[in-house]
Amino acid sequence: MPLFLTDEQAMLRDTARPFLAEQAPVSHLRALRDAADPTGFSPGLWRRFGDMGFTAILIPEADGGLGLGHVEAGVVLEEIGRNLTPSPFLATAVGAVTALAGGSVAQKRRWLPAIARGDAVATLAVDETARHRPERVALRAERHGNGFRLTGEKCFVAHGHVADLIVVAARTSGETADADGITLFAVEKGVAGLTAEVERLTDASLAARLRFDGVEVNADSVIGEVDGGRPGLSRSLAALRAGAAAELLGVGGGVMDMTVGYLRQRRQFGQAIGSFQALQHRAAHLYAEMEVARAAVLKAQQLLDAGDAAAERAVAVAKAMAGLATALSVQEGVQMHGGMGMTDEYDVGFYMKRQRVAAEMFGDTDYHADRLARLAGY
Amino acid sequence: MTELDAFRTEARLWLEENCPAEMRTPLRSEADVCWGGRRTSFASADQELWMRRMGERGWTVPDWPREYGGGGLSPAQAKVLREEMAGLGCRNPLNSFGISMLGPALLRYGTEAQKLEHLPKIARGEIRWCQGYSEPGAGSDLASLSTRAEDHGDHFRVSGQKVWTSYADKADWIFCLVRTDTTTKQGGISFLLFDMDSPGVSTKPILLISGYSPFCETFFTDVAVPRSNLVGGLNRGWEVAKYLLGHEREMISGMGLGHGETALGRIAAGTVGTEPDGRLDDPVLRARIAIFEVRAAAFRAMSERFVDELKANRAHPAQPSMMKYFGTELNKQRHELLVASGGSNALAWDSERSHNGAAARAWLRSKANSIEGGTSEVQLNIVAKRILDLPGA
Repeated sequence: MPLFLTDEQAMLRDTARPFLAEQAPVSHLRALRDAADPTGFSPGLWRRFGDMGFTAILIPEADGGLGLGHVEAGVVLEEIGRNLTPSPFLATAVGAVTALAGGSVAQKRRWLPAIARGDAVATLAVDETARHRPERVALRAERHGNGFRLTGEKCFVAHGHVADLIVVAARTSGETADADGITLFAVEKGVAGLTAEVERLTDASLAARLRFDGVEVNADSVIGEVDGGRPGLSRSLAALRAGAAAELLGVGGGVMDMTVGYLRQRRQFGQAIGSFQALQHRAAHLYAEMEVARAAVLKAQQLLDAGDAAAERAVAVAKAMAGLATALSVQEGVQMHGGMGMTDEYDVGFYMKRQRVAAEMFGDTDYHADRLARLAGY
Repeated sequence: MTELDAFRTEARLWLEENCPAEMRTPLRSEADVCWGGRRTSFASADQELWMRRMGERGWTVPDWPREYGGGGLSPAQAKVLREEMAGLGCRNPLNSFGISMLGPALLRYGTEAQKLEHLPKIARGEIRWCQGYSEPGAGSDLASLSTRAEDHGDHFRVSGQKVWTSYADKADWIFCLVRTDTTTKQGGISFLLFDMDSPGVSTKPILLISGYSPFCETFFTDVAVPRSNLVGGLNRGWEVAKYLLGHEREMISGMGLGHGETALGRIAAGTVGTEPDGRLDDPVLRARIAIFEVRAAAFRAMSERFVDELKANRAHPAQPSMMKYFGTELNKQRHELLVASGGSNALAWDSERSHNGAAARAWLRSKANSIEGGTSEVQLNIVAKRILDLPGA
């Protein structure tokens, strides 16, 4: 398969691009931030995502979805990134949908149609420490009556304060650092003993610290097998990492386009500043970094869709490289915009903030470079 | 089974049967690269056998048309062949400037007679070509070249000097940029082909910091070249030259993929040792290697994407400049890390144990990557102007 978008995938992009540019440009994020909106996204827009079919991309046809892949999900995520659209798309339509693929028929019936309609919001609760360490799971789920009782904390849970469904990685046996002994639970909003402390992050998105204080769930809430949650968690994380990398491409690409446009138009010393070689070379270097990152992300998405064993490494490469290239993009963006880049009025700073948050999600460049080294045995 | 799957099976079976075992081992040094040509001396009988077998099948140039000695494969089939060769670890049977540079230019700008005369010999490795581009006074500003070709009707008479002519002393023929009009710059350049055995051609190797002499000075004194060897028309050579440069940059960008060197992690494990869990016992070096490997793997994907886009006519015409820039800077970083990982072992210059200083010499050789074929700075200029549409200075 050639490493570029198929005609159908390009058509999806041609649909998603104007849709997001019109429905949710950066001014939409700005408005939500300025209003200190407590939800963190627009539920109306989320239903429009459902109308457009975006939310059903990764849901199998047998479950009423479109049965498309990570390349297609990435096409939508890139436009989300380009417009800095606050959206539960990544957490719900990529993370939770992938986790539910290993769930029971009842769980799928309960959640997938509502997600496809853009009614339900779902998220994964993985992190327990400020640095992403999914290898370590301390939150405990102990057998209690016919079900389990969950005790512990999760942090950096996107939309965790409003999600209808929270997929929780919990320890049902063994010690914190053990690979095995993990179970995934489907926990519904409003269950007794669950409290969410919502925090506004740098980029104006909302994330929750979740406290599980003896939360009781029944046996039907187990996704997959008890103690056998690690493979499902890994699959979901791979999808989320590839997705976050695609969103980063949109963020980095959006700010690069703004910056190159600014170089063409801003005049100093009687000429466009883009005619200065010092800036031309930095812009061209940035372009190269972004192109290479784009290839790495598409490669990872294609391998994930093919079910190829090489996908694991490719996803680590994609998230790490997207982090490197887009960090450069936002830094050069602010610098080359001069004083304008430092103002809240100008959008470029919003890109810098979003890049930093998306780069941190599901492991940053350092995390994934380390992972790649471990997989290579050094 | 799709037709492509059938081709994959057929290709794998043929490669398994026809690729000698020695040709499935990594290159040990530059001497293992097969260049072909009239005066070549093969490193081994297997090297010659592999080149001949692949050449007969047209698989030294898989996607060239069959009538010109190619394999006639579609882009998808050619990609499958590359994948199968990589899977079996097959060496490139023939590496030549005829394949990577002149061939594509002739396919586009050559006359039918020129194609029929030159392309099959390139495909079979019979003629080795060199490139007469740079001159002492025309480096980054290549179009200021001054080697003269006087028009004598049925032939030209060429006089002047080229420099940095790669392997001119080993080449059979040269493709050469010459000035046929002194009143305009780009519009006065023509593209000529001629035999290096022609009277009036001489070469002088240049000793480089690596201790090797891959580049030469090349001198022309009143060299007679038949008019039929003019490619692309009189004073139309700059267009051919630029098209060919795109292919040269594409080839040089391949340096970014490495040459199957031993993995950095393994080399470093041998010099700094490892922790019980296998991690290198030098966390800073390990981190540098890991970040490099991220970039190298991402560039491999970029290289795949670039070739796919090129074959589908979707690549931006200036994209080879981006590839050349990224690939060569990456290769320089690779060699910095190869030497750092090897420690003092990598500093040996001429011992047998060090394969005649292979690591140190390759490190020094890599420094030319971002100069030859247009410097990194020239590539960035091209990307800025032609892709990013930034205004001229």
